[in-house]
Amino acid sequence: MKSVKVIVPFLLALSLLSFSSFGFQSDELLVDDEEFGLEGSPQHRSSEPVLTRSQPVTRKRHSDLDSDSKIQFSLDHAFGDSDFSPAGTFSARLKTWSHGGQTLTKLRFSRNSFTDENKEKFKNLLKSDDFYRIRLPSKALSPPGRDFVISSVKARCLLREGLDEHFVIHMEGVNVLAVNYGSPGSCPYPRNLKFPAKWSFNSHTVLKNSEQAPRAPVFTEEILGDENAEGEVVQPPERPFWAKYWMYLIPLGLIVMNAVTQAMNMPEEQASGQAPAQGQPSAGAVQRGPSSAARRR
Amino acid sequence: MAIRSFFVPFLLLVLWFYSSLSPVLSLYEDQVGLMDWHQQYIGKVKQAVFSTQKTGRRRVIVSTEENVIASLDLRHGEIFWRHLLGSNDVIDGIDIGLGKYVITLSSGGSILRSWNLPDGQMVWESFLQGPKHSKSLLLLPTNLKIEKDNVIVVFSNDRLHAVSCIDGEVLWKKDFETESFETQQVIQPPGSDLIYVVGFAASSQFEMYQINARNGELLKHESAIFSSGFLRELSLVSSETVVALDSTGSILLTISFQNGEISFQQTPISNIVEDSSGPAVIIPSSVPGIFAIKINSVTIFIRVIGKGKLEVVEKLNQETAVSNALPISESQQAFALVQHAGSEIHLVAKLAHDWDANLLKESIKMDQQRGIPHKVFINNYIRTDRSHGFRLLIVMEDHSLLLLQQGAIVWSREDGLASIIDVTASELPVERDGVSVAKVEHNLFEWLKGHMLKLKGTLMLASPEDVAAIQSMRLKSSEKSKMARDHNGFRKLLIVLTRAGKLFALHTGDGHIVWSHLLHKSEACQSPVGLNLYQWQVPHHHALDENPSVLVISRCGPSSDAPGVLSFVDTYTGKELNSLSLDHAVVQVIPLPHTDSTEQRLHLLIDSDKHAHLYPKTSEALGIFKREFSNIYWYSVEDHNSIIKGHALKCKCTGEVADEFCFDARDLWSVVFPSESEKITATVTRKLNEMVHTQAKVMADQDVMYKYISRNLLFVATVAPKGSGEIGSVTPEESWLVAYLIDIVTGRILYRVTHHGAQGPVHAVFSENWVVYHFFNLRAHRYEMSVIEIYDQSRADNKDVWKLVLGKHNLTSRISLFSRPEVITKSQSYFFTHSVKAIAVTSTAKGITSKQLLIGTIGDQVLALDKRFLDPRRSVNPTQAEKEEGIIPLTDSLPIIPQSYVTHALRVEGLRGIITVPAKLESTTLVFAHGVDLFFTQLAPSRTYDSLTEDFSYALLLITIVALVAAIFVTWRLSERKELQDKWR
Repeated sequence: MKSVKVIVPFLLALSLLSFSSFGFQSDELLVDDEEFGLEGSPQHRSSEPVLTRSQPVTRKRHSDLDSDSKIQFSLDHAFGDSDFSPAGTFSARLKTWSHGGQTLTKLRFSRNSFTDENKEKFKNLLKSDDFYRIRLPSKALSPPGRDFVISSVKARCLLREGLDEHFVIHMEGVNVLAVNYGSPGSCPYPRNLKFPAKWSFNSHTVLKNSEQAPRAPVFTEEILGDENAEGEVVQPPERPFWAKYWMYLIPLGLIVMNAVTQAMNMPEEQASGQAPAQGQPSAGAVQRGPSSAARRR
Repeated sequence: MAIRSFFVPFLLLVLWFYSSLSPVLSLYEDQVGLMDWHQQYIGKVKQAVFSTQKTGRRRVIVSTEENVIASLDLRHGEIFWRHLLGSNDVIDGIDIGLGKYVITLSSGGSILRSWNLPDGQMVWESFLQGPKHSKSLLLLPTNLKIEKDNVIVVFSNDRLHAVSCIDGEVLWKKDFETESFETQQVIQPPGSDLIYVVGFAASSQFEMYQINARNGELLKHESAIFSSGFLRELSLVSSETVVALDSTGSILLTISFQNGEISFQQTPISNIVEDSSGPAVIIPSSVPGIFAIKINSVTIFIRVIGKGKLEVVEKLNQETAVSNALPISESQQAFALVQHAGSEIHLVAKLAHDWDANLLKESIKMDQQRGIPHKVFINNYIRTDRSHGFRLLIVMEDHSLLLLQQGAIVWSREDGLASIIDVTASELPVERDGVSVAKVEHNLFEWLKGHMLKLKGTLMLASPEDVAAIQSMRLKSSEKSKMARDHNGFRKLLIVLTRAGKLFALHTGDGHIVWSHLLHKSEACQSPVGLNLYQWQVPHHHALDENPSVLVISRCGPSSDAPGVLSFVDTYTGKELNSLSLDHAVVQVIPLPHTDSTEQRLHLLIDSDKHAHLYPKTSEALGIFKREFSNIYWYSVEDHNSIIKGHALKCKCTGEVADEFCFDARDLWSVVFPSESEKITATVTRKLNEMVHTQAKVMADQDVMYKYISRNLLFVATVAPKGSGEIGSVTPEESWLVAYLIDIVTGRILYRVTHHGAQGPVHAVFSENWVVYHFFNLRAHRYEMSVIEIYDQSRADNKDVWKLVLGKHNLTSRISLFSRPEVITKSQSYFFTHSVKAIAVTSTAKGITSKQLLIGTIGDQVLALDKRFLDPRRSVNPTQAEKEEGIIPLTDSLPIIPQSYVTHALRVEGLRGIITVPAKLESTTLVFAHGVDLFFTQLAPSRTYDSLTEDFSYALLLITIVALVAAIFVTWRLSERKELQDKWR
């Protein structure tokens, strides 16, 4: 899944302004997911396969038609086997479609900064190469829903310059199906121990909805159409002569070649004054033997 | 000349190669049975009725727990005919009507069928409806007639029916008004026109209805209350007396309803049996005047004398089975008892009214591995000296069926093999010096004769008799059933575990049973239920003197958190090496990819409290395990609440007794499917032992794609909860299917796709980097098969040859699954005609040979479908380059080529599973399909490109070589002579 990050500068600026009230420096990368407006909700069933990305214009029109509301749900984290504690907040706009379906769009994430205690715990994780775990409620509207969706990653994988994290949140309507958490790039193996230079998170978030399966192709109609057009028999394309009769031609050619070789031998033998008493020609090899011997002489 | 004569067949060969662009796998008529075998079974017999016809062949009609009705030859045990009813069409009762119809009652008493006894054709079928579900009883009175019509009395669905034996027409029916009335018995006293229906209502009320058998008119209804209640079981001692137990199981109640008057007679068990302790249970039987109860493991036979007086006639400590009564003359009825005593079983046939006289008393040596007798059916015949002879049909604990007569086992059937629950393959021993080929080949003359015949066959000189001789020679080839490993790896042992808890080793050559072993019973576990089979020890390099062994996981009792039992069985001998009774349950078994120095595989057993237990419990295993401690991940599927969780090991078990081999687990990830819209229906992973030959796939445009080959991929299919019912129960709008590919280490969803308007059941198979799944498309009203292929993009830039040469590629570097995966998937769907019972894929030793899907169709056959038909790169008009690569033009449905049925003309009745085992020869895979029947064959998905066919005539080759050498010498001499003559001239 390619994820092209579309950074909308004015959104970034806006969010920076709005989050400054949280009282910490947020240098997180606010990624507007390009996929949320792509297919609409799974309930939004269009008969044609969705191939083109919907333009911002159409998106705006939809949001004009459908009612929006803001919701928030929290992200919890745990260090190793410790208990979960709040780590940040996701905020999104709940979009209610005219046909009743609901989806989340415009997901934002704001992470609380690590306290010293957290930093210490994280360092311990790095030392023991243990898991850093996060969880989200499985229902964004009424947390926690049935259960929490959990994801974990080895803490050492998150380490870059600072700490890089990447969330892929799989949605089904307004339900959070799963969250995939990890580093945005690769995590080398073996994992080496080092400590972050900066204790700040670089967060990337992607919302994902289910793809539509391609339809099984139906050809019967075309075939029927052909038959219905008129009862004319489709002429098989005319094949060239060689393609048609090559199986006869090759053996024929071989026979001719064989005959020619024999014919070539015959005059030679006669010319060299050999006795023509050889009766019927036996096998070629036997025949050719003496003639070559005669030439050698 | 010589060149030409060689060239023409060569051309034909080339031509043939091109024409077979879609390689069809098929057999010639004379190849049937060469490499395949087929065995027919019926399952554990529930009920047997002997055909007492004077003329014609003696036969016994049986109904089984696999829902089979079969007619067996009483002399040899062969199947005359057999019908497999559907899995939801459970047989409740069978009987023979008018001496020529087999009457069966099935489907909870709602379907009554009549079959023609000689050939098994269905005569009629009638549906019996009723107000509510109840016990189903079938009764065929011998001399009850309504207008010259023999009557079948059926009690089912809380309604009494009288059905005509001739055409299945319902003559009359009768409902019972009483609420909560539970019928226990329907009695028709011989010689009268009355039917008694007896049963309980509201647990403490005994009810009796007397009905006129001619018109269903209710003549009398009586009820009586017994304050302390009843146990739900009745034993019939005469046509107007039954025996029941009170709810505590300590008082026997003799209930007689003579002339419609109910009278109770209470007898405390302690009064007639001295040292009785614990509650009693009635063993259902219908011997006049006698009934049997069981206290603990002691069977007690009690006779009813006169007015409710009871008398103990015998106490038996061994496991005992009692037959029903068999009328042998006007006034005499006989029945049989079978007792298990060590390595013998004792048979006794007695007259019902005379306990002390034995009509028959025999002891028969019985294979210990058959366990205890479960059921016995008795039949009599007239001996040559005009006395009564008896034959007994007994069903043993391992579900086998035996016919005993004159103190000997006449025949036996291993019907446990009809219910296989797990299969694994094992190698045969390496050929020792003792067994040589010469011994097999009789003598030189035979050998020569055989080859002469083959030569004749090849040169088309053979007469029909010769052809028959050649065929039988090929079929009987002793080579294939030899008990030693062969060079090609075709000969193996199939170790199968049956529902009865018995292990069988089947030889792949001809399917004979090499050994069998009934799971050991211990004090700790009386009734182990076999669950799974794993390869425990596969001696490979440095432990070749060890015999391979399998691990059998069983559970002690029916509930899922009952403690587990491990048994280790030697696959060469069938001896149980060791048996462990565990103190924890076994919920999941994870064979680890590590073995210890004796090639014992490490297994991790997960119990119901999510603790992981390591086996074998040796320090060496622990050492190996500790090294891989942080790299072990697994997942668990919670079907009921649609959650998949990933786990890793945490630390040693805490709290309990110090156990070095027990570890705590922790949850790493979870996927929570919304319960209102998704429900898990299928989860599939790759086979652990699958070999992948190449990671790269070269495309038509010389591009390379790298397969995403991870052993940690899980395919999950969910359906809408509404749509989890039967096909057609929902509209396309409210049913959908979502397919997921999930990485089980990190819980990442790598791919997720929704099929709208699709419905289960979903059958899927996962191999290499692709998964194929089968479901129903409600919009198109057809079954559909989809394929998903997953490719790794992170390796995609390794296309430069120089990079590869210089080693500057990342193909061999270790990858961590915690990296963000860069994968692309391709998928495509096709229509498929059949509904599917099972899907498997061929597996070969090195994974070079192309794959075929093996589809168990609804017709109980196995269809081989080339994987190339399920290639997401198929398009309507493939380019020339793609065609050369072998891409088939896209069609909307998958073709079903009749020749590609692996099972050719045979049917594997009740097909449940298909197992493929790689042979040592790369081109060949062994296929074993099991259900009620067993079928085995060898398959070569890309033809046997690496070996000569079996019927290749080495003699012909030898003779040709000799002839050629002779011809060379002769011609050489001739040319010499000629040259000399020339010189002299």
